[in-house]
Amino acid sequence: MKIDSIQNGIVLDHIQAGRSMEIYRLLGLNRLDCSVAIIKNARSTQMGKKDIIKIADRIDINLDVLGFVDPGITVDIIENGELVEKKHVQLPEKLVNVLKCKNPRCITVSEPHLRSEFLLTDREKRVYSCAYCDTRYHR
Amino acid sequence: MRNLLNITDLTTGEIDELITVAEDIIANPEKYQDVCRRKKLATLFFEPSTRTRLSFEAAMLDLGGNVLGFSEASSSSTSKGETVGDTIRVVCGYADIIAMRHPKEGAPYAAAQVATKPIINAGDGGHNHPTQTLTDLLTIHRERGSFENFTIGFCGDLKFGRTVHSLVSALARYTGIHFVFISPEELKLPRYIIDNTLDKQHLSYEETNSLEEAMPRLDMLYMTRVQRERFFNEADYIRLKDTYILDPEKLEAAKPDLCILHPLPRVNEISVEVDNDPRARYFAQAENGKFIRMALIMKLLGLKA
Ligand SMILES: [Zn+2]
Repeated sequence: MKIDSIQNGIVLDHIQAGRSMEIYRLLGLNRLDCSVAIIKNARSTQMGKKDIIKIADRIDINLDVLGFVDPGITVDIIENGELVEKKHVQLPEKLVNVLKCKNPRCITVSEPHLRSEFLLTDREKRVYSCAYCDTRYHR
Repeated sequence: MRNLLNITDLTTGEIDELITVAEDIIANPEKYQDVCRRKKLATLFFEPSTRTRLSFEAAMLDLGGNVLGFSEASSSSTSKGETVGDTIRVVCGYADIIAMRHPKEGAPYAAAQVATKPIINAGDGGHNHPTQTLTDLLTIHRERGSFENFTIGFCGDLKFGRTVHSLVSALARYTGIHFVFISPEELKLPRYIIDNTLDKQHLSYEETNSLEEAMPRLDMLYMTRVQRERFFNEADYIRLKDTYILDPEKLEAAKPDLCILHPLPRVNEISVEVDNDPRARYFAQAENGKFIRMALIMKLLGLKA
């Protein structure tokens, strides 16, 4: 399979194989007008298999979302066909409007207009807790 | 502006300061009788809890302040679909400080996002009830004189009992306390409290299912209610609710200076015959709730005697 390299845009590389659709959904890439290519199970010397997403536009990417889904992802910024910047992501301290609280007794469930907030409460175990009700969410 | 949503919002130094002020209020009540003159406390009870509401209102009245508020008869009628945020924005125009109780967990956090006045969480579902924890801490401090070198037993529903979880995490900040957790297998302390609080901070604790066996070692005994609404199955509730009833017979093996606490209301987990025992301190504990709330209201309003 051959995918044209992009002139101006963003490449999300080193995505754990199988995670690309979750990222596509969380970043809202379905709402973009530009072309978006999702490459699944690409061969990788480091990872065996990986997913890649290519976006043919310089959109603002929520790096916190990427860090949350997969801290191994790299973000390549492409200008005029050249790699101009490479960003590494990390597990964010706070996630806003990314997760929905699963606790049926949480106020964010009965008042869904409230902005969802999750705080990283255990970096080692990758645990986030709802800022409202403290329900724990393991990544 | 400060709020009290969770007991962890307070540092150990701030808790100690609140206890010092509360003990001074008890010793010199007249010094505090006009501290909150012309200030208003709103008690917003989206679900009823007469005892907690009266405690807050008595606290404000004893500080010379005024109170206003509401108490919904049932949680289903919660302000006819109005959001918590809207209610709070309106009430912030009327009152200087707000104590709120709400059936939904995290409702006080939602309130604090839009409030322009201090918010006190007076209970949010099964989540937090920090003024109960402050009440318990003041009682322990008054009974023991310090937070060091004693054995405290927690008995009953340790799985769902938020007062227990919150008090354990508050006491975990001090040294020299031994914890004994007494419960049926089905209602044991949650694993995350053992991992994240007890083991992480290397605290001394044990778990047992026998109140009789633990009794002779205890300096403090914190009894809790086994709540019907925590059970999906009526048969489980009936089987377990009478498992740990404190009566004069069980107290025979207890220390003469044991101190018995209970957040109230009780159902039948402490027999009424225990009430006249000088070791029963749960009614004194309830009164302490008013004094610590007085200290808290002053702190959040930035007022001193
Ligand atoms: Zn929640």
